[in-house]
Amino acid sequence: MDKTPNQKAWFLVLPVLVLVAFSAVIPLMTVVNYSVQDTFGGNQFFWAGLEWFDELLHSERMWDALGRQLLFSAIILAIEVPLGILVALNMPKKGVWVSVCLVLMSLPLLIPWNVVGTIWQIFGRVDIGLLGHTLAALGIEYNYTQNTLDAWITVIVMDVWHWTSLVALLAYAGLQSIPDAYYQAAKIDQASRWKVFRYIELPKMMGVLMIAILLRFMDSFMIYTEPFVVTGGGPGNATTFLSIDLVKMALGQFDLGPAAAFSIMYFLVILLISWVFYTVMTNLDKKGS
Amino acid sequence: MDWMAWTWPTAAFFGVIALLLITFTILAIKFPETPRTGILRIETTRGDRLFITLLGSAFINLAWLGLVGANQPYALILCLVYAAAVFRWV
Repeated sequence: MDKTPNQKAWFLVLPVLVLVAFSAVIPLMTVVNYSVQDTFGGNQFFWAGLEWFDELLHSERMWDALGRQLLFSAIILAIEVPLGILVALNMPKKGVWVSVCLVLMSLPLLIPWNVVGTIWQIFGRVDIGLLGHTLAALGIEYNYTQNTLDAWITVIVMDVWHWTSLVALLAYAGLQSIPDAYYQAAKIDQASRWKVFRYIELPKMMGVLMIAILLRFMDSFMIYTEPFVVTGGGPGNATTFLSIDLVKMALGQFDLGPAAAFSIMYFLVILLISWVFYTVMTNLDKKGS
Repeated sequence: MDWMAWTWPTAAFFGVIALLLITFTILAIKFPETPRTGILRIETTRGDRLFITLLGSAFINLAWLGLVGANQPYALILCLVYAAAVFRWV
């Protein structure tokens, strides 16, 4: 039976529309208005045109922050995705240990960002932190407040510690949904462990893995709290990622115009990447079904 | 609305976007959308193509500002060409 199209149902979406307008659309429009003006406070604005966009597009500061941001996201994806899959493959499939593993894996995900930052900030300290103190005792020089490489390693390890579980849990869910028959067929064909992974497990996990990659990419691309608490963007500007730089510009320097222009460009990049991921994901779904 | 710091150019900008959205909504009601697959090899509806056009236009404008840096209105002409290409081939 054909469904009769009834467009009146759209009116039921109105409350959501109002809510989104209030919390997202109107603030975003205000940001666009700010981006073409200059202000010295007191809600007085002066027309600046595209000056801020022009200035930012030619500023090393923004390109450097974008470079650091992309590098950070690329590194944590390159670690967290394979590691998460590896963890998921080694998790028990039946028995009491399943629940134990699941609870243990979800623990880091339940900890608020600023607490994670504080934990690692203290953990890495040479004077009172377990990690910093142990490394110092072993004769390894480690100081995340002064050494760029150490700061990067700390921030990356922290993110891996915090979020690999998410990838692992999603990959595990993907693995659990594979019917036994596939494995039995592979056994009959005497397929190697690698081939089972390559031709059965990986394709079946693809959907959830894409979600995991999208979530981890977006989160890492917008990361603020953890590096802010641990390194404050330092040493120098070494771990100043895009959002840290943006907050410095908007709230530290109160440069609302440039910060608004920065926000819009940041937003456009995120919109583009989200759209690409979304398109790839829906196309995978269509192929799958 | 004072706190939103409106200017005529930004008001016109949002006006055009709103107009486009309304036009495409009316079009979608009058002539229901049928998805098709273009050179990007993804299924797109008319609305999708509008989104691709608007997002791409934003990047074209930024690229023009960053690389050329003068005569910004010409970027809009480029955007129109891009829009026509998207609606024709994507």
